[in-house]
Amino acid sequence: MQTEAATLNRAPAAANGSNGTLSLALGADADHMVLTLTVAGQLCGVPALAVRDVLGPQSITRIPLAPPEVAGSLNLRGRIVTAIDLRRRLHLAPWEVGTKPMSVVVEHQGELYSLLADNVGEVLSLNPAERAANPPTLDASWKEVSLGVHRLGESLLVVLDVERLMRFG
Amino acid sequence: MDDLLADFLTETNEGLQNLDGALLSLERNPDNAAVLAEVFRTIHTIKGTCGFLGLPRLEKVAHAAENVLGRWREGSLPVTAPGISLILSAVDRVKAIVAGLEAAGTEPAGDDAGIIALLDAAFRGEDVVPDQAPPAVAPEPEAEPAEAVVAAAPEPAPVTAQAPPPAPAAQQAAPPAQEATGGNAPQTIRVAVDVLEDLMVLVSELVLTRNQLMQLARTETNSAFSVPLQRLSQITSDLQDGVMKTRMQPIGSAWQKLPRLVRDLSHDLGKKIILEQYGAETELDRQVMELIKDPLTHMVRNSADHGLETPEERRAAGKPETGRITLNAFHEGGHIVMEIGDDGRGLSTARIREKVVRQGLVTEAEIATMSEQEIHRFIFRPGFSTAAAITSVSGRGVGMDVVKTNLERIGGIVELRSREGRGTTFTIKIPLTLAIAAALIVESAGERFAIPQNSVLELVRVGDGDGPKIEMIKTTPVMRLRDRLLPLVNLSRLLAIEDTEKSNHGGNSFVVVSQVGSQVFGIMVDRVFDTEEIVVKPVAPILRDVTMFSGNTILGDGSVIMILDPNGIARGTGLGVESGNSETAASQAAAARGTERGEKTALLLFRAGEGAPKAVPLGLIARLEDLPAERIERAGDSLVVQYRGSLMPLIPLSGYGMVPEQGGKQAVLVFGDGNHSMGLMVDEILDVLETPLVIDNAGARQGFLGSAVIGGKVTEVLDCAYWLNLGGADWFSAAAQAREVKRTPRVLLVEDSSFFRNLVVPALSAAGFDITGLANPREALRLREAGEMFDIIVSDINMPEMDGLQFVRAIRDGGPWQELPVIALSGRAEPEDVTAGRDAGFTDYVAKYDRDALIGSLTQAIELQAMTRSIDSPV
Repeated sequence: MQTEAATLNRAPAAANGSNGTLSLALGADADHMVLTLTVAGQLCGVPALAVRDVLGPQSITRIPLAPPEVAGSLNLRGRIVTAIDLRRRLHLAPWEVGTKPMSVVVEHQGELYSLLADNVGEVLSLNPAERAANPPTLDASWKEVSLGVHRLGESLLVVLDVERLMRFG
Repeated sequence: MDDLLADFLTETNEGLQNLDGALLSLERNPDNAAVLAEVFRTIHTIKGTCGFLGLPRLEKVAHAAENVLGRWREGSLPVTAPGISLILSAVDRVKAIVAGLEAAGTEPAGDDAGIIALLDAAFRGEDVVPDQAPPAVAPEPEAEPAEAVVAAAPEPAPVTAQAPPPAPAAQQAAPPAQEATGGNAPQTIRVAVDVLEDLMVLVSELVLTRNQLMQLARTETNSAFSVPLQRLSQITSDLQDGVMKTRMQPIGSAWQKLPRLVRDLSHDLGKKIILEQYGAETELDRQVMELIKDPLTHMVRNSADHGLETPEERRAAGKPETGRITLNAFHEGGHIVMEIGDDGRGLSTARIREKVVRQGLVTEAEIATMSEQEIHRFIFRPGFSTAAAITSVSGRGVGMDVVKTNLERIGGIVELRSREGRGTTFTIKIPLTLAIAAALIVESAGERFAIPQNSVLELVRVGDGDGPKIEMIKTTPVMRLRDRLLPLVNLSRLLAIEDTEKSNHGGNSFVVVSQVGSQVFGIMVDRVFDTEEIVVKPVAPILRDVTMFSGNTILGDGSVIMILDPNGIARGTGLGVESGNSETAASQAAAARGTERGEKTALLLFRAGEGAPKAVPLGLIARLEDLPAERIERAGDSLVVQYRGSLMPLIPLSGYGMVPEQGGKQAVLVFGDGNHSMGLMVDEILDVLETPLVIDNAGARQGFLGSAVIGGKVTEVLDCAYWLNLGGADWFSAAAQAREVKRTPRVLLVEDSSFFRNLVVPALSAAGFDITGLANPREALRLREAGEMFDIIVSDINMPEMDGLQFVRAIRDGGPWQELPVIALSGRAEPEDVTAGRDAGFTDYVAKYDRDALIGSLTQAIELQAMTRSIDSPV
């Protein structure tokens, strides 16, 4: 599987140099670590503990009649993984033709799902004290899946709840 | 060695292996009741089984040991170290005997009196000298063989001294040898089913990976990998076979309970029956075996109850008194074939024919054209039983249809052969395994799909040439294949992946002819690739609602592919396979006549007057008659006929009321219940079709609900309520009068489809019920609040907003309707649905469109209610 861009093992290493806040020790901090990803320009984070794998662009088989959020299914080393189109799930603009989304594979109720994002960033350790609650004016579809917002330099990072992301259809 | 003994040995050896350890831990801790109980149980089991198998020596030793253990367990005797030693030596003796048994298949000769005496002494509470026990273990084998050696030896003295070691070897060779191979090594070991299942999954994955590698290698010639790959491929195949074998069990294990069943049945039924089994060693997958156990039991029960006659009947028929049920199993290709036969009375074709016509399943005309075999297949219909009497054994209407459905669910088929007076044989053909299946890979609108090979009958290439073509009847594609008209399913349209750019050109150049049950239809696809072995994996829970797919899998090239479910496709397109109403030759014939068959509505097509043919749901019609013109009489300005002892009004449908000339015949559709009826005069009865009924109200005119496309033709659908009213208020009131004594029962019907309300309301009023039809449960509950009272409620299950189950729960929750009988009316009457319905509080469950069953159920419920009322309120 040459297409795999980065497995999770490599992701922290890549992130290591960029930010001093990162901690590689998977201890008490693990709960506060997120894998960052961008969806249509918005920086988001998924709890790192939920992530099983990060894959580069994959060939995805469409599933007719499936809910629109389901982009299709893909083969992860012999396991079939259902791909969720994060843009659709978060009510964002659809992919432009020819974009090759990255896959963040998460586990949900014993099944693997791949969250399709524009880009996958790094693993960050966030200080829970810095987490701000969802702004009350946040779009309802976002409020439903967001655990809170972090200030990250110039940008804002929305922490997504995997469980709630899977509640659709 | 027979199987029973082998099983016993395996089990006993397992028990014995643990026994030493348990006894030792008991010695350390004499108060451990759990360990003591375990030791007792083991010895007890050995003793019990020995008695059963006829192993007296083993039994006696075990019995004596059990006695001692029993007293320990009661606490009436303390657990002592000498006692433990004694039990241990008894266990050793048991082991020795078991070892001998294993080697020779019979108990070795020997005397256990010594140890038994010691055990009995211990049981009586006497002190035992345990040291005496071990010598008692093997006293006698020493002597005789030693002598034999001596006799053979020329020099007496030195040899005798050496003789004992080789001598016991002569007789005791077996036990040590056994020990050498792993301590009473059994021929079989027990493995948790989970382990086997996991292995199977892993092997399946390996097969897939192998396929993937092979596909890659195919593109590269002269690769250094090709030789080792070939080898890998070979080994993988062997491994697959090997693991498959671990899941295989002889079918005999599914038959084990049958002799007992037959014996009990022969008692209960007063018949003499013998059960013969052939091919019990034929192996099949454990999973499949589990799934066929129940159908098998049912069929044997059926043979005993319906198939075989009583001894008197058999004598009278010149047959031996004892009936014979034969089970036969053998392999055929990738299938196992099983035959369940009896030499009983066979199916009565005449009786089935009569019943089929009486139930209105087909007309006399249609049945006349059917072969005996086709008629026999009616016994696979739901609710069809030819048993004259309902016995405790069978004949409750849950029968062969369930067997058939269960078998079809695992890709099996069932056929039957019957000769009246000679017996009936059912033949079941099932795949050996469900784990790995062959699938045909097809493409539609640029997407690839797998279709399980076992539901594919043939592949037809369609094109512009002379070969088969896709033809359209209005918007419905069909194909003429040989002499039958095949309904087609446009896969890309069904899956909503239609490629608009491609339109009709270039696409759909193949038709995959598929069979689900006895329903044959074609699936239109663009391209057909190879067949591949696939491992069916369930789809993610998120996709469970998509019924078109039975699973997904990974192909040789590593891509994920969805597996189409032909059952789901048939259902999704209204080919309505599992409804059960749609199988049999009759409907096949209907399909052959070029109709797309549907949900479950059987329609009678007829001609009356000019214009389009007319249709009426078959379920509403009591009978079809061809009346001789002479019998039709005029009364005033209306037509009547003397019909079954009363006058039946005849209404001309075409509006003219022309009576045919003398000697001619008049086709009449008879509506109504047993006592009151009316006839609709039509010109000609055309056909009976099962088809999805989509009524377009646009063409509605008086007397018709509208028009529908049936069999590719625009057809007007009769508004029965209108014609029944036209039939004269007099017979309606007559119906009411007839029941005046009992007060017309008030029925509330809740049904969201106006079409079915229109069907049911007239049918029930014709049967003498006062019926109120409502479109949804909320309206009904409002009536309850308003204080309305009914005798009985009939409700649909599938309704928007509030479904039937919720509705009935709301009724049962309290209020004035709490105790009312509520009958469920549903298109689905699978056993699960019925159970769910009953759990929710429905009194009865009736399939939609089954007018007779509904009326029967209503009458029964009302009578029951009247009875309970009279009991509740003694006059």
